[in-house]
Amino acid sequence: MTPLLQVRDVAKFYGPRVGCRDVSFDLYPGEVMGIVGESGSGKSTLLGCLAGHLAPDAGEVIFDTAVDGPRDTLMMSEPERRMLGRTDWAFVHQHARDGLRMGVSAGGNVGERLMAVGARHYGEIRSSAIDWLGRVEIAEDRVDDRPTAFSGGMQQRLQIARNLVTGPRLVFMDEPTGGLDVSVQARLLDLLRGLVREMGLSAIIVTHDLAVVRLLADRLMVMKDGHVVETGLTDQVLDDPQHGYTQLLVSSVLQV
Amino acid sequence: MSISGTVKAGAMIEIEDVSKNFVLHNQGGAVIPVMAGASLSVGRGECVALTGASGAGKSTLMRMIYGNYLAASGRIVVGGVDVARAEPREILALRRETLGYVSQFLRVVPRVPTREVVAEPLLAVGVERGIAMARAEELLGRLNIPEGLWGLSPTTFSGGEQQRVNIARGFAHGYPAMLLDEPTASLDAANRETVLRLIEEAKMRGAAIVGIFHDEAARARVCDREIDVSVFTPKAA
Repeated sequence: MTPLLQVRDVAKFYGPRVGCRDVSFDLYPGEVMGIVGESGSGKSTLLGCLAGHLAPDAGEVIFDTAVDGPRDTLMMSEPERRMLGRTDWAFVHQHARDGLRMGVSAGGNVGERLMAVGARHYGEIRSSAIDWLGRVEIAEDRVDDRPTAFSGGMQQRLQIARNLVTGPRLVFMDEPTGGLDVSVQARLLDLLRGLVREMGLSAIIVTHDLAVVRLLADRLMVMKDGHVVETGLTDQVLDDPQHGYTQLLVSSVLQV
Repeated sequence: MSISGTVKAGAMIEIEDVSKNFVLHNQGGAVIPVMAGASLSVGRGECVALTGASGAGKSTLMRMIYGNYLAASGRIVVGGVDVARAEPREILALRRETLGYVSQFLRVVPRVPTREVVAEPLLAVGVERGIAMARAEELLGRLNIPEGLWGLSPTTFSGGEQQRVNIARGFAHGYPAMLLDEPTASLDAANRETVLRLIEEAKMRGAAIVGIFHDEAARARVCDREIDVSVFTPKAA
């Protein structure tokens, strides 16, 4: 099986400071990988480098494109990379406001992504938008409301619908449940879990919440000071952590 | 990964010279050796009981077979896959298709109805939805979970009900290899009988089983052999 994403020695520096360095891994189709670490560990920098939001200073990010097979996305032209971002990739931001157009209706937010990949038939776009709002549990009668009238949890679900409507193969998520109430988090996690499985998505999820990765991720990468300190099967890393930092991280979780 | 030539014919689970240490980096780097030289072979249709005092390493060995704990050295081959060395996706595939684990506690995902929780392992291997649901309902019925609860999430069920849901889930798919951690603990006589029958049925279809049973009568009835894991406890230096 060809990996969907092959990451080789990716590094990003902020002046003399290390954002992340020496990061390498393969992600296979259908795999969900969690990246955990405290703030400043480099996990969001890494995600930005993988998703094409930041330009790494070194390394390769090879994606198995639907048309041309494996290609280094860092060597692509900007329009090519943007097209990839609209078709094969999706990015779910921590703050739904960063991933939504707040002045456009919920249906418009979902429909816009479809139009960006060439959909033109209004009726079909609208029915597809309503279908997706239903899948993320937003009632049909809210389709013409703007996201500003939605709760935080609803905004996040709308952002997910907007991202998944075009049937991406790889989804990047940056703290997708951050800042939400625990009850809303549980609902969102359940939704994400179902969608990932149904659509056979591959995903890379950055979070500092170990409960989130236990539920969603097949495998885990633990980062500290810009370096990967431990990788492995999610439950193995959490239940039998090998590195001192991971042991500290796991033992610091408050029990409920 | 290919099946190694040293694996005996019919051996589904083959453990060879496995050791395990816990290194506590945040407590002065203390190294706690918990197991050394553990070897064990379980054939198809065979049930082996792990025995030994509390703390002897029964659960540790089971967790290593499941890939939940990392072995320090040795080989743990289940259905041709060396769990001690396999990639996460290989272990997940093994757990999906070949190796089942009935733990003592149900780890519930919020909001998923009981029927789905039990049918999930079948759906994961591609069993058609209607068939998976029918099998789930049959098991829930046999384990005396009231029909009115099947559509509810087990989150709010009693401890005993959650345990039985967990057993139903563990036996839904016909895994060729199974790990059972105290499957009959705290069950009433009727449910205990059902679980023992499920174990016997699994053996009949050829499953290789490793289990921890504190219930001596249950152990005597379903287990073919006992392995005292305290022989694998490293001698104090």
